[in-house]
Amino acid sequence: MNKHNKFTGVPGNPESPPLNDQSKNDPIFGKKLSRRDMLRLTGATGLGLLLGGGGVGGIIAARNAVAEPTKAAEGDSSSIPFYGSHQAGILTPAQNFIYFAAFDFTTTKLADVKKLMQAWTTAAAALTTGELIGDVNDNPNLPPSDTGEADGLNPARCTLTFGVGPSFFDERFGLASKRPALLADLPAFAGDNLDPKWCGGDICVQACADDLQVAFHAIRNLARIARGTAVLRWTQEGFQRTGAADPKGATPRNLLGFKDGTGNPDTTDNAEMNKVVWNSSSDGPSWMSGGTYMAVRRVRLRIEVWDRSSLSDQEATFGRYRHTGAPLGAKDEFDELDLSAADAFGKPVIPANSHSALAHGDGTVKMLRRSYSFSSGLDVTTGQLDAGLLFISFQRDLMKQFVAIQQRLSKTDLLNEYMTHTGSAVFACFPGIRSGGFIGETLLS
Amino acid sequence: MKFTYAVPAGLLAASILFTGCTNNNNSTNTAANSTTATTAPETATATTAPETATADFTSAIDSYRTYVIQQCDEFVKQTESFTNAVKEDKIDEAKALYAPARMYYERIEPIAEALGDLDPNIDARENDVDAAEWRGFHKLEKALWQDNTTKDMTEVADQLLKDAQLLRAKVETVEIDANLLVTGAVELLNEVSSSKVTGEEERYSHTDLYDFVANVEGAQKIYELLKPELAKKDADLEKTIGERFAALQAELAPFKSGDGYVSYEELKEDEVRKLSQNLDALAEPLSNMGTILGV
Repeated sequence: MNKHNKFTGVPGNPESPPLNDQSKNDPIFGKKLSRRDMLRLTGATGLGLLLGGGGVGGIIAARNAVAEPTKAAEGDSSSIPFYGSHQAGILTPAQNFIYFAAFDFTTTKLADVKKLMQAWTTAAAALTTGELIGDVNDNPNLPPSDTGEADGLNPARCTLTFGVGPSFFDERFGLASKRPALLADLPAFAGDNLDPKWCGGDICVQACADDLQVAFHAIRNLARIARGTAVLRWTQEGFQRTGAADPKGATPRNLLGFKDGTGNPDTTDNAEMNKVVWNSSSDGPSWMSGGTYMAVRRVRLRIEVWDRSSLSDQEATFGRYRHTGAPLGAKDEFDELDLSAADAFGKPVIPANSHSALAHGDGTVKMLRRSYSFSSGLDVTTGQLDAGLLFISFQRDLMKQFVAIQQRLSKTDLLNEYMTHTGSAVFACFPGIRSGGFIGETLLS
Repeated sequence: MKFTYAVPAGLLAASILFTGCTNNNNSTNTAANSTTATTAPETATATTAPETATADFTSAIDSYRTYVIQQCDEFVKQTESFTNAVKEDKIDEAKALYAPARMYYERIEPIAEALGDLDPNIDARENDVDAAEWRGFHKLEKALWQDNTTKDMTEVADQLLKDAQLLRAKVETVEIDANLLVTGAVELLNEVSSSKVTGEEERYSHTDLYDFVANVEGAQKIYELLKPELAKKDADLEKTIGERFAALQAELAPFKSGDGYVSYEELKEDEVRKLSQNLDALAEPLSNMGTILGV
C-alpha cells in the first residue's frame, strides 16, 4: 500500500497568506501579477504552482514532482489537498476534464450511509493523491481493491467534490428536518426539455482532473465501493481546452466557439467568495456553514443549427465578439458590458436579449460558473451530435442566484434557439472535510 | 478459465459407455453415479492441499460434487423429455420443457465451461460459433419460437441429448478445488451480468429469467458450502454476502409466474436496471470470497 505514491507533497500551511497576496508578490515572476495573469499561470501546466482546494485559507500548495526529473512540463503531476475548510473542486481552477456522477442510495439505513461516507473519505483522500486505494492489491486470491487503471499515473490535480440532493432529505433517513430551505428541486424553466435519465440524485460526486482516466478511475472506484449501498443514477463526462493546447490558460471556449466564463467572479477574492459562494452560519442549517449549493444542467447545444447562422447573428446572440470575447462595441475581453451604448439608430449595441446582457442583468447577482463541454456521441434518432455544455454553478443561494438568472435567460435569451436543457440537478455541497473526519460529517454525526 | 480437469482416457470411455447404456433407466443410473462420486474427491483434495493448508475444504468439495452430479442427472433426464418432444413434433410441450430443463445446466455452468467444447455444443447462441457448427439448445429455441417448427431438428435434438450425457460422464472426473468453487460462484453471477440480465441469452424464447435464477442458485449453493469457513475467516463478509443474496432473491420474487418466471419482455427498463444493480451489489463482495483461501 502507498508504494505508488511518488509525490511528496508539501502540506499546505494554514498560516499561509491567501494565494493572491503571496503570488502577486512572488519574486519568481518579478512583477505584480494581475488576477487574469494569475489565472493563466495557474491554468498552465508544469509550474508546480496551483490553487489550494481550501477557500477561506486560500492555501497555496507548491509542489514539484520529485520522482522523474527528466519529465517535461507536459502534464501536471500535482495533487490538490483533499482535506480543508472548504471542499476542493469549487474554487480550484477548472481542470481539463470532469467525470460527474449522481448516485441514489439503495439502503434505507442511515448507518449504512455514514459507513459509505467514511469509506469514500478514505478512498477519496488516496484517489486525489494518486495512491492505490485499499489494502488488498497483492493477494493472488482476491480481486485487487484498486481497479488499477490509474496505477503509475500522477494525481493530475484530481479533486472530488461531494453534495446531497433534495431527495436525500425524504423520509428514508429521518433527515427531513435538516433539509436546508434553500435546497429544493429547481422550478420548471421555459424551454426545459428534461429527461429523467439526466436528472436528480441523492448524492453527487464531481470528479475533475487534468487526465480523464484519473477522473474516471475515481468515479469507478467510488461506485464500486458503494455497491449494495448506493448506485449510479447518471453520469456525464466533460472536457474543456487542456493546458497542453492552451498554455496561456485563456478563458475556455464553449462548443459554439465563444469564450465562456469571462464574467466569473474572482475566486482569489475571499470576501467576494464569501459573498457569492460560501454559506455562513446565518444562511441556514449550521451543517452547511462553509458549504455551497451546486446547480448542474445538461444543456444540449443545437450545433448543426448554430453552424448555419451568420457570424453577426452569432455575435448578436452572445452580445460578444467571437474572436476576442470582448463585448460588442468594446475591444478587450474583460471590458465592462456597456448595456446602455446605442448605435447611430439608437439601437443598443449589445442586444438586450443577448446571452451576456441577460446573464449580467444589473450586475448585482453573481454565481461561480465551472462548466465543461460534453460530447456524447450521436442522437440516433436525428443523426445529430449529442453535444453541449455541462453547466455547473456554485452559489450561496440557489433561488436568488442561479434561479433568478436562469429565469431571465429562459424567457428571452437569443441563445435559447440553439440549445435545450436536457438534464437538471441541485446539490448541497458539504463544507470541507477535516483530516480525521468524513464526508458529510457535519450533517450525519 | 480457472477450472482444471483431468480425464483419464479409460475412465472417460467407461463413463460414456456406462451413461450411454443406462440413460433409459434412471434409477440404475443414479445408483451407479453415487458409487463413482464417492471415489472422486480423493483425487481432488490431493491436488488442492498446498493451497488450502489453513482450512479444510474437503467436505465442501465433496458436497459440491454430489450437487453437480445431482444437477447433471436431472439435466439429462429433463433434456431427454425436451428432445423427445421436439422429435415428436410436440411444439407446445417442447416449449414448456425448454427453460426448466436448462436450469439444471445453468446452475453448474462453469463446470460445463471447463469441459472443453461441451459448453458451446450445448449452449452456444447464434453467432457464438460458426454457423455450420451451431447446435444445442439455442438452435432448437430458434426453431421452436422463431420458425415455429421442428422440421430438420431431429438430428440436433439427438446430438443435444448425447452432449448432455457426455457432460454427465465428464463431471465425474472434474477436479474440484476450493479455488474452483470461489471463482465458479463469481462466474455464475458474471454470466447473469453479461447475458441474462440483458435478455441476450434467450433472444427467441425470452426465458432469460429462468437462467438468471438458476445461475444465482448455483452461486448460492457454493456460498452455502463455503459459509462455515468464510464465517471463521471474515464474518462481516459472510454476513454481507448472505444479506445480498436475500436482497436479490426478494428482487426476483415478483417475477415468479406459476412454477416458472415471466417473460423477459415483460420487464420494464427500470426493473432490469434494478436487478442488474442488485446483482452487482452481490457479486462484488462474493468476489472477495477468495479471502478464505489465505495468502
